[in-house]
Amino acid sequence: MTGQDTHHGMRGGDVSPPPAVELRRINKRFGRVHANRDIDLTIDAGTITGIIGENGAGKSTLVSILYGFYSADSGDILIDGTPVALTSTADAIRCGIGMVHQHFMLVPTMSVLDNVMLGREGGFTLTDGISKTRKRLAQLSEDYGLEIDPDALVQDLPVGLQQRVEILKALLRGARILILDEPTGVLTPQEADRLFEILRMLKQDGVTILLITHKLREIMAITDDVNVMRHGQMVAHRKTKDTNREDLARLMVGRDVLFTAKYHEKEPGAPILEIDALTHHDSRGSTVLSDISFTLRAGEILGIAGVSGNGQSQLLDVLSGIEPVQEGTIRVAGEVIDSRNRRDPTALRQVGVAHIPEDRHHRGLVLPFSAAESSILGYHLTDVAGSGLFLDLQKIEARCADLMQRYDVRPPDPQWRSGGFSGGNQQKIVVAREIAASPQVLLVGQPTRGVDIGAIEFIHKELLAARDRGCAILLVSVELDEIMALSDRILVMNAGRIVGETAHGEADPNRIGLMMAGIDPNNARDITVQETGAA
Amino acid sequence: MNEVLLPFILTLDATLRLATPLILCAMAGLLSERSGIIDISLEGKLLSGAFAAAAVSTVTGNVYMGLGMAIVVSVAMALIHGFACITHRGNQIISGLAVNILASGLTVTIGFAAFRQGGQTPPLSADERFGPIILPFADALRDVPLIGLLYSELLSGHKLIVYIALISVPLVAWLLFKTRFGLRLRAVGEVPEAVDSAGISVTWLRYRAIILAGILCGIAGAYLSTAHGAGFVREMSAGKGYIALAAMIFGKWRPWSAMGACLLFGFLEAASSRMQGVELPLIGQTPVDLILILPYILTVVLLAGFFGRAVPPKAIGEPYVKEH
Ligand SMILES: Nc1ncnc2c1ncn2[C@@H]1O[C@H](COP(=O)(O)OP(=O)(O)OP(=O)(O)O)[C@@H](O)[C@H]1O
Ligand SMILES: [Mg+2]
Repeated sequence: MTGQDTHHGMRGGDVSPPPAVELRRINKRFGRVHANRDIDLTIDAGTITGIIGENGAGKSTLVSILYGFYSADSGDILIDGTPVALTSTADAIRCGIGMVHQHFMLVPTMSVLDNVMLGREGGFTLTDGISKTRKRLAQLSEDYGLEIDPDALVQDLPVGLQQRVEILKALLRGARILILDEPTGVLTPQEADRLFEILRMLKQDGVTILLITHKLREIMAITDDVNVMRHGQMVAHRKTKDTNREDLARLMVGRDVLFTAKYHEKEPGAPILEIDALTHHDSRGSTVLSDISFTLRAGEILGIAGVSGNGQSQLLDVLSGIEPVQEGTIRVAGEVIDSRNRRDPTALRQVGVAHIPEDRHHRGLVLPFSAAESSILGYHLTDVAGSGLFLDLQKIEARCADLMQRYDVRPPDPQWRSGGFSGGNQQKIVVAREIAASPQVLLVGQPTRGVDIGAIEFIHKELLAARDRGCAILLVSVELDEIMALSDRILVMNAGRIVGETAHGEADPNRIGLMMAGIDPNNARDITVQETGAA
Repeated sequence: MNEVLLPFILTLDATLRLATPLILCAMAGLLSERSGIIDISLEGKLLSGAFAAAAVSTVTGNVYMGLGMAIVVSVAMALIHGFACITHRGNQIISGLAVNILASGLTVTIGFAAFRQGGQTPPLSADERFGPIILPFADALRDVPLIGLLYSELLSGHKLIVYIALISVPLVAWLLFKTRFGLRLRAVGEVPEAVDSAGISVTWLRYRAIILAGILCGIAGAYLSTAHGAGFVREMSAGKGYIALAAMIFGKWRPWSAMGACLLFGFLEAASSRMQGVELPLIGQTPVDLILILPYILTVVLLAGFFGRAVPPKAIGEPYVKEH
């Protein structure tokens, strides 16, 4: 009887609806790391809420708890005002929660259709489910512009589309609460814009969105509320319209943050890395680098701008010795490398060519190794690892502890498993290792992908300091801001070619943007002039 | 004409009989490995199944009771494997090896204690074994050239389990590629995180896969001792579990190709016994041993990448751990 009364009361009165999600005093420990401490969080229905925080602050852990992927040590979760027990992802899915993970949860060898059907196949045999899912996919693509080829293999799709598959997966399961964990970390700016359009449409349809990102620009552009985490705690809550980038950065890091590194002009030294007519074909025979020539001098940062997938990765592979030179020559510190004189990455490291790879999980670290072991990868034959036949573990750990101190890696524990660090801290370990080798040439790929603003500031400072010590740096990044802030000279790559060059002072983002898209900026200006003239 | 063909057809007939346990075990291994669990315990499950079938058959006089017990024992062995490497995230090779050693020791010990015949079971009489099944019209069609001979000599007249093995292949293929269970099974062997994140229990899925593997191995075991043979002899599986594993890898973890490999390996065995002592021009005595190690050589050659790449399921051998 009483139950019915309250029921009617809720319908009748003008009581505001309960929040879509309410977390109360959530705690989670991983061994000695207290990843979430007494977290409270309220998310109103139909809003876009942002969570920001440094690397390792505990953001992914918190949303994984909300998605039932990890279980909290203590605390309560309320969905639409009702307490729920989320002991597995199945429970969360039943509550209408969907999640796009920081590291995608897709089966690369299966088709898009198989991937989105997984877990909601609609019967023991698949025939029924397949036709229904096809229809739903077509519907979603019409409603939100989420076009996708259902029969493509996931491994053949670019990351932007793989992410779309993840979003479709969540929507197909009827998610009313959608969590996105650093969705833009791997996207090009264009793809990110597209994603935000989709999120706005979803919001209009009443979907509640929880967004984790390191890019404050995105927080300001799309969220209604923003929450700040630090060291496992929720330290601030703001209405987005009442705050700004500087304020948020201060709340996150606990001090003022420089958004652009302190660049200063410096005369470069002698040429160290000379590349002449480098051409490269991939395993399928298509040309990925064509006729690349440039010179890199000591004490200079040369930025390579370009939309990802235009040959930058292959350029790094060839220069670092991972791929052999096919055509053309590389001259580094007096040595000539071409198709007959090959050098592997170890040999190149010995002549002072260090490499911060684009993909830290596959090439930068061995995830099951301890941080100390990861800190000597590639240098295990040099004296940092000890002398003679055996590794000097004490020495390695002491050195690693010192590096962790200087680079502010958290937790500063040399025995911690490399895979157990958050993304930004993993990146710091790789950067520390390569810069500590005081190389003559430093090849850098996407140094700040998925890294928090405090760490970005720090990595930028370290790169500039290495330059000032006379290191020649080749910087490849899809973040144009990063390239423009750090580079003495900028080369623009498109479709495997170098299509333009500008100096630090003369760099114009619009011109570079056009060149990145493969458009000649001189002609493009004519077109715009004509168009405005006609109007 | 039939006289000329007969030796050929008889060799193929033997091939089918020899390939039967291989096919069943290969299908078992396929289900297990597609779910991400390395299954070298095929051998042990086969052996213990063979013992259970013969022992129960001789005691009860009912061959179907034997078959049932073979399945029960083999599934129990599979569950030991699963408990060690799914629930307790142990090393799958070591756990599989342990099952094999356990089977090899227990069958002899229990056999000796129960029957006092040096680890064997008493020889089985005809009605304690599976009898041949004559397909309809087999006799009537015998004189039709080629087709009739193939039908009556090659296809007809086998034990029930031979037909079960032949049916198991399309069944496994259907299960794997056309059903919900198969979709999830293939996914869990590649990216278990994706399955977990879709709200499906990785543990339960893998247990179901190895239970099915146990059932198939149990049937194969019963075939060895109560259909192909007439009683259990110690170590009667004689490496067939390993050959089936090789055949499955040779078939690149795909049902039909794996069956092809089993038939090929079965044929090599049949041919080698037929060629025993035969003088070949130039070579002299047929090198029978060489023919018998061909399955292993072929598998190694395949794995070295000579016939296209054999890509195993990506998560194979790795226990699923969510929080490190
Ligand atoms: N599976 C795990 N096992 C052990 N420790 C973990 C695990 N996942 C996270 N941690 C630890 O918990 C802390 C919080 O990690 P979490 O991934 O939640 O950070 P984050 O805020 O998402 O960082 P990032 O911005 O780098 O993604 C880190 O110190 C990390 O080392
Ligand atoms: Mg994270």
